[in-house]
Amino acid sequence: MENIVSHHTDHHEEHEAHESIKIDGFWLFLVSDVLLFGALFATFIVLRTHYAEGPTSQDLFDVKEFTIETFVLLTSSFTSGLATLEMNKGHVKSLITWLIVTALLGATFVGFEIHEFSGMVSEGYKMSTSAFLSGFFTLVGTHGCHVSLGLIWMIGLIIQVARRGFTPVTERKLSIISLYWHFLDAVWIFIFTVVYLIGVM
Amino acid sequence: MEPKFKISHFFIHGDPLILGADVSIGIATVMIIFVLTYFKKWKWLWKEWLTTVDHKKIGIMYVIAALLMLFRGGVDALLMRTQLALPNLKVLLSEHYNEIFTTHGTIMILFMAMPLIFAMMNIVIPLQIGARDVAYPFLNAISFWLFFFGAMLLNLSFVIGGSPNAGWVGYPPLSELQFNPGPGENFYVLAIQISGIGSLATGINFLVTILKMRTKGMRLMDMPLFTWSVLATSILIIAAFPVITVTMLLLFLDRFAGAHFFTMTHGGDPMMYINLFWIWGHPEVYIVILPAFGIFSEVTSVFSKKVTFGYTSMVVSMMLISFYAYFTWVHHFFTMGAGAGVNTFFAVSTMIIAIPTGVKVFNWLLTMYQGRIRLTEPMLWTIAFIPCFAIGGATGVMLSIAPADYQYHNSYFLIAHFHQVLIGGTVFGMFAGLTYWWPKMFGFKLNETLGRWAFWLWNIGFYACFMPQYALGFMGMTRRIYTYGWDMGWAPLNLISSIGAVIMGIAFLFQVWEIAYSVKYGERDTTGDPWDGHTLEWSLPSPAPKYNFAVLPEVHGRDAWWKTKEAKERGDYEEKKQELEPIHYPKNSGIPFILSVFFFIAGFGFTFEWVWMGALGLLGVAICLIVRSFQYDTDYYISVDEIKETEAALRGEV
Amino acid sequence: MKLSRLFTRTFLICLVPLILSGCGGKFIVLDPKGPVGEEEKHLILLTTLLIAIVVIPVIILLIYIIYRYRDTPSNTARYRPKWGDNKYLEIIWWGIPIIITVFMAYFTGKSVFALVKPPTTDVKPITIQVTSLDWKWLFQYPDQNIATVNYVDIPAGRPVQFILTSDAPMNSFWIPQLGGQEYTMPGMAMRLWLQANETGKYFGTGANFTGEGFAHMQFDVIAKTEAEFNRWVNKVKAAGKPMDMAIYNRLKQPGLVNKQTYSSYPPHAFEMTLMKNGGHYHERIPEGNQFNPNDTEKTK
Repeated sequence: MENIVSHHTDHHEEHEAHESIKIDGFWLFLVSDVLLFGALFATFIVLRTHYAEGPTSQDLFDVKEFTIETFVLLTSSFTSGLATLEMNKGHVKSLITWLIVTALLGATFVGFEIHEFSGMVSEGYKMSTSAFLSGFFTLVGTHGCHVSLGLIWMIGLIIQVARRGFTPVTERKLSIISLYWHFLDAVWIFIFTVVYLIGVM
Repeated sequence: MEPKFKISHFFIHGDPLILGADVSIGIATVMIIFVLTYFKKWKWLWKEWLTTVDHKKIGIMYVIAALLMLFRGGVDALLMRTQLALPNLKVLLSEHYNEIFTTHGTIMILFMAMPLIFAMMNIVIPLQIGARDVAYPFLNAISFWLFFFGAMLLNLSFVIGGSPNAGWVGYPPLSELQFNPGPGENFYVLAIQISGIGSLATGINFLVTILKMRTKGMRLMDMPLFTWSVLATSILIIAAFPVITVTMLLLFLDRFAGAHFFTMTHGGDPMMYINLFWIWGHPEVYIVILPAFGIFSEVTSVFSKKVTFGYTSMVVSMMLISFYAYFTWVHHFFTMGAGAGVNTFFAVSTMIIAIPTGVKVFNWLLTMYQGRIRLTEPMLWTIAFIPCFAIGGATGVMLSIAPADYQYHNSYFLIAHFHQVLIGGTVFGMFAGLTYWWPKMFGFKLNETLGRWAFWLWNIGFYACFMPQYALGFMGMTRRIYTYGWDMGWAPLNLISSIGAVIMGIAFLFQVWEIAYSVKYGERDTTGDPWDGHTLEWSLPSPAPKYNFAVLPEVHGRDAWWKTKEAKERGDYEEKKQELEPIHYPKNSGIPFILSVFFFIAGFGFTFEWVWMGALGLLGVAICLIVRSFQYDTDYYISVDEIKETEAALRGEV
Repeated sequence: MKLSRLFTRTFLICLVPLILSGCGGKFIVLDPKGPVGEEEKHLILLTTLLIAIVVIPVIILLIYIIYRYRDTPSNTARYRPKWGDNKYLEIIWWGIPIIITVFMAYFTGKSVFALVKPPTTDVKPITIQVTSLDWKWLFQYPDQNIATVNYVDIPAGRPVQFILTSDAPMNSFWIPQLGGQEYTMPGMAMRLWLQANETGKYFGTGANFTGEGFAHMQFDVIAKTEAEFNRWVNKVKAAGKPMDMAIYNRLKQPGLVNKQTYSSYPPHAFEMTLMKNGGHYHERIPEGNQFNPNDTEKTK
């Protein structure tokens, strides 16, 4: 009997070790994602003033809109932090509540971005207008895609946690999505500065 | 929007070569289906191979795929050398020649060299560090299948839609819609993109595996040098591949969505592509050479019956190489007219990277010095590598002298240089690795006599093919020309070069014969340690059981298995009797295969710019990922009884 | 082993014709006719020598070691299986390449900075604007106001400032006997200094792949004495065959053409090509030919 018990804890430890290794890998993925955004940023910076016959960044960006957008995403990062705190306390219900709030804020952010993009396109300013706009749509759009994927993933996780509660696996998954979400927040701060702030200055 | 490509773009007609390929692919497919059905092997194929997450089997699949690609790339090479054998030949038309050198380069680097390296990594790393698997076996399977279907996508372009023809570097604006309206460049972009995701995942997977999964007692500085080389390569992969992903994405957006990243008009900047491409491209060169360095270190040590000389130097130089690899990319385009300061900086950084490489060569020599050298096949490849790489490296340093490079650039001198380091370095390295670890993979040795034939033919062919090309560079012959006249005096050397290529082709056939012969008659490896090896993989039976180690070994210092054998000989070896325990093991899964098929569908759809098909493929990918996320029953335990049975069966034969 | 001896022999025999046949050809890179090519040739020879200091000992050592320490029972050479490091030897290994690198770095830097300047300063240079097209070379002489296609005449003994651009995919402009190449890029004005010291006909070629007709992008460079060159210019001008935009646009179409000569070309044709494709470094266009894109209307 004793043997079986000790085996069981062994397995449990093994499992936890396995889960923590997955978080290590995710950190490395984030490193590669930083480089991906780095390359996009570099491209954007090179092409920043290549307006060709198209509009300039001053013509395009709406200070109010992108400030609200930024505020929404920063808040979602904060609520995702709150969710992690609830996880550490072991409160499934409030964790889910905060995750839903985070997802809603994330969706609002994506909504803002879609609104911004579709506004530009309806005025005839497309990716094909100038190198500057190609760079802008690609950099900001790649971030937007990351956020959208994160949303789908987060919804999936909410369902999984609701069904299974806290297990080493769900806890690991929650830590990873929270890492991912903060990371996207950090990337946005760079976009906010390099694309929008410097753009309207 | 009216789709740009219609069904009429689909099949290429009018070229007997392509028609022949169409027919032979059709026949081969029918035959494979027939054989599988006749021998009732479908279920076996699915259960044992397509759904496997075992790193050893994935490694073997990499080997098979890579050798097939070596064949394809080799046929491309032979076609090119036939066309260039004499002036004014009309074996290939210009456009066909251009397609062939483009696919030759792309395939050899991305779909031959890369998978061969991944093969070696997969087969050896967990065994060498005393682990039961890689960190993420499921992800590992995804990596393989993404590579495989990426490769298939590129190969498909030969018979459907037309191959890319802007060179393996795909420089815009030549690769842009304006000059290249067909689907060929889309094939190139998407094939690299799909397999690139897999490569990035492999980099992450092996870095974590090496850092986190080493067996008890193995410190970083105790690791075998091959493991170190894979560590360095993985770092390079993680840092370099995101850049090619972005580069290919931007080129695709230019072609698909009318963006202006690299176009001639609307503010696009073609030079940026060239910079981005080589920021990935130069580290990529070291990604494919570092593991070869690791293999040579293992082989020289084992077959000289000595410890590696200057282990610390070896490690330091590999890490230095992987660091400097990021600061040399401009040497691929000194002639782009960057400022004198920029060119000097990159010239010097390129010379600096040669220093650690040179140190490694000296250390290999000293590893052999005062040893006992056994001229087995892996050792032969290693010995051939040293002078070949020394010359190739030396011409590389010559190329780094920026003003001299204005004369070498884009000439056959450059072609000769990089073939010498890639064949003499990577390919010879992988041959050394394959022949060295072959018994571990399959349980039998390769036939030495046939191996020697292949070895000598490869070497003679190599020097005959590429030494004249250095001279042709000095005669002003530029790369990528499909024909030339009698007036420049290039004919005799080109003829010799072509003869050399044919000899290498024959050498490859000898290798195929060697493998086929050895499957039947090769010497069986019953000890698990046919070479008197030094590292942990040789402590296991050949081939190793799926869980690798029944009991995880504890090691003290380098060359763990050698030390164990010595202790046994001295008689002071105490085998610690350890209880067997159930082993945690991942279940097979069909998702990596299915997911990659969907990626293939998406890639194919976007190649022809059929958005519905691309979207369908991506939706399939998303569904696969969601299904996987909801799967919790992904692992199981191998029972103690099963382990005992397996071990008894494996060791029982001894 | 018999097999290996057989192969070693074939191997050496194969090398002989290889070396001999090489002598039949013309090693034009190593036979420069101007100061730029000379400088580059010296660097090539110098680095070959420096490199040989490392490579030759490596090969000799390798052969010696394999022979001396082969694994035969009768071999009496020393065997030290656990001998794995030696500080002094390693310092030598690291030291020699570092010293060689310092040498090479010095000569490289010196040359790189020298080659962006005119090779000689006591003679007035001539400027020639080069445009690579699909698949032909267009040469414009801004001072003489004449243009040629697929051949270029230059006065020997005078530095030539080639201003390079492309109105097609990127190519590379290479005249091996005068000096190294430089890319021709759309929207960029690149500068390449070359000079011929002797009269003669030299081989010029495009070196960067540009598609179907790339292999045929070779051109003749004819270096003449100053007097002959001037006679040639006058003859071309007298022939009265001007190039207009229609002709230029025809030339721009992908395809191959023969050598052509034009007695004049549209004003600012080169600059317009440059500006149309992005217009970087247009300050490299020589004084007096500067072009303001806002003037487009006027020139039309």
